[in-house]
Amino acid sequence: MSEKVLMKGNEALAEAAIQAGCKHFFGYPITPQTEVAAYMAKQMPKRDGTFLQAESEVAAINMVYGAAGAGARVMTSSSSPGISLKQEGISYIAGADLPCVIVNIVRGGPGLGGIQPAQSDYFQATKGGGHGDYHLVVFAPSSVQELVNLTKEAFDVADIYRMPVMIMGDGMLGQMMEPVEFGAYTPREIPEKTWATTGTEMKRKHNVVNSLYITASDLEELILERQKRYDVIEEKEARFEAYKTEDAEIIVTAYGITARIAQTAVNKAREQGIKVGMIRPITLWPFPKKAFAELDTNKVKNVLCVEMSMGQMVEDVRLSLDCKIPVDFFGRTGGVVPTPDEVLTKIKALYEGR
Amino acid sequence: MKRINIITGHFGSGKTEFAINLAQKQTMYEKSVIADMDTVNPYFRTNDARKSLEEKGIKVLASDYASSNLDIPSLPSDLYSLFDVEDRFAVLDVGGDEDGATVLGRFYNKLKDADYDMYMVINARRVLSQTADEIITFMREIEVASRLKITKLVNNTNLSVETTPEVLLEGQKVVEEVSLKTGLPIAYITGTKEILDKIPDTVKAPRLCLDLNMNLPF
Repeated sequence: MSEKVLMKGNEALAEAAIQAGCKHFFGYPITPQTEVAAYMAKQMPKRDGTFLQAESEVAAINMVYGAAGAGARVMTSSSSPGISLKQEGISYIAGADLPCVIVNIVRGGPGLGGIQPAQSDYFQATKGGGHGDYHLVVFAPSSVQELVNLTKEAFDVADIYRMPVMIMGDGMLGQMMEPVEFGAYTPREIPEKTWATTGTEMKRKHNVVNSLYITASDLEELILERQKRYDVIEEKEARFEAYKTEDAEIIVTAYGITARIAQTAVNKAREQGIKVGMIRPITLWPFPKKAFAELDTNKVKNVLCVEMSMGQMVEDVRLSLDCKIPVDFFGRTGGVVPTPDEVLTKIKALYEGR
Repeated sequence: MKRINIITGHFGSGKTEFAINLAQKQTMYEKSVIADMDTVNPYFRTNDARKSLEEKGIKVLASDYASSNLDIPSLPSDLYSLFDVEDRFAVLDVGGDEDGATVLGRFYNKLKDADYDMYMVINARRVLSQTADEIITFMREIEVASRLKITKLVNNTNLSVETTPEVLLEGQKVVEEVSLKTGLPIAYITGTKEILDKIPDTVKAPRLCLDLNMNLPF
């Protein structure tokens, strides 16, 4: 599959996972991510893997827990309400320090919400979701090609840091078709899985997969050790893309598919002589704080955060800027997708008022 | 042209664009109706282009719940008017893959003796439908699910915005092989005007120029 092919986001990420060595997929159908499971159901049996439609999302994430404990590359995918159901299992997997990949093709919420695209699961993905002191690495691709590349990398990052990694897309990215190629990714170096429960063969002490600690100080010690890993991740893994920022007086920031819309608006504004650029976070946790903290306050007058939510990432943008530059917000929610013209109107208003 | 035209294919083959453009072309000569029978795709479906189709005088049959947040595989309640009122050129835009084609089975008794063509829209740059054998396997799955026979082939090979005339021509070779192996004619080679203009005259298949309707918001 070296030449370019046209794929739907959901299929492309499933193919990328298989190519990354994902051997087990456990899931439960939900719009708008069902094509992930459909593709896995067709392909896994032919490619030495397991596809299993669980009886519920809760069962699926616990199957992921089991397979991850045995050291297998494993993935589950769902959309917002299904991801809410998985939160208990995600917390257990984080608590047991196991690697896995979780895909959330976000739709409108809260509750059953709707089936149209949204980004209102940002808080859930980046600030916990489940209980306890833990994080997920959260990747936010903005094209089908980037979805492919980051899905492959997600398995490596999960293995390197022994933790769940989330791919956060949205219904638009999952459903749309774009040309992709699969050759581009160079695997990262993966440590040996000495912790996996693969059978001792009477040659070593048995491994234990567990998130229960009877003694408080033991649990604290583990959490502190885990926090050190999180610190390394914050230092090394934060990622963003800067677009036309050099001379920009206004910075638009957006992630995922909203960044594509915002970029169109930035280009239109540039045609009208407005000095505007864009910062696109690629990792939502760790959040690329430096990209904002290092903005030149003499030059940049406003930051505009655009999301398909009532304003969630905007909190991290404000924290990163520490009140040095005023931050405005524009969002549509409930499954309504903002248009480039709406974003352009907002940019123009800020530019005139600067 | 047959009165009833059923459009099937892999999801993402461009069925909906082909269906809409076929109805648009024919509506210049006779009244036409297009039915959104997609029970697979939540977004990017015929019903999304409803307004512009109705402005062109094309009747649109779609589920009341198409393009809404109600996530159930539903069909238009007035679908039987396709068969009972025979005054219009009818295009049936069916959902992708054999899953989408399953809905046709329900109309088997209405369709089997009707004056129909069933088109297989092929995009040879779609994963799992890149070789003649893969495509033929796919066609058989659709035929089993729908209990109907595919009668015509359409080459709609494309890479979305990255389509080149070469991409379409490479696809033509694959579709010609499918045609040779199945004995089915190639009804159309399709693409945007700027792509089709660069296809040499040696390619004999009729051309259908596509105006694109399923656009992304950026």
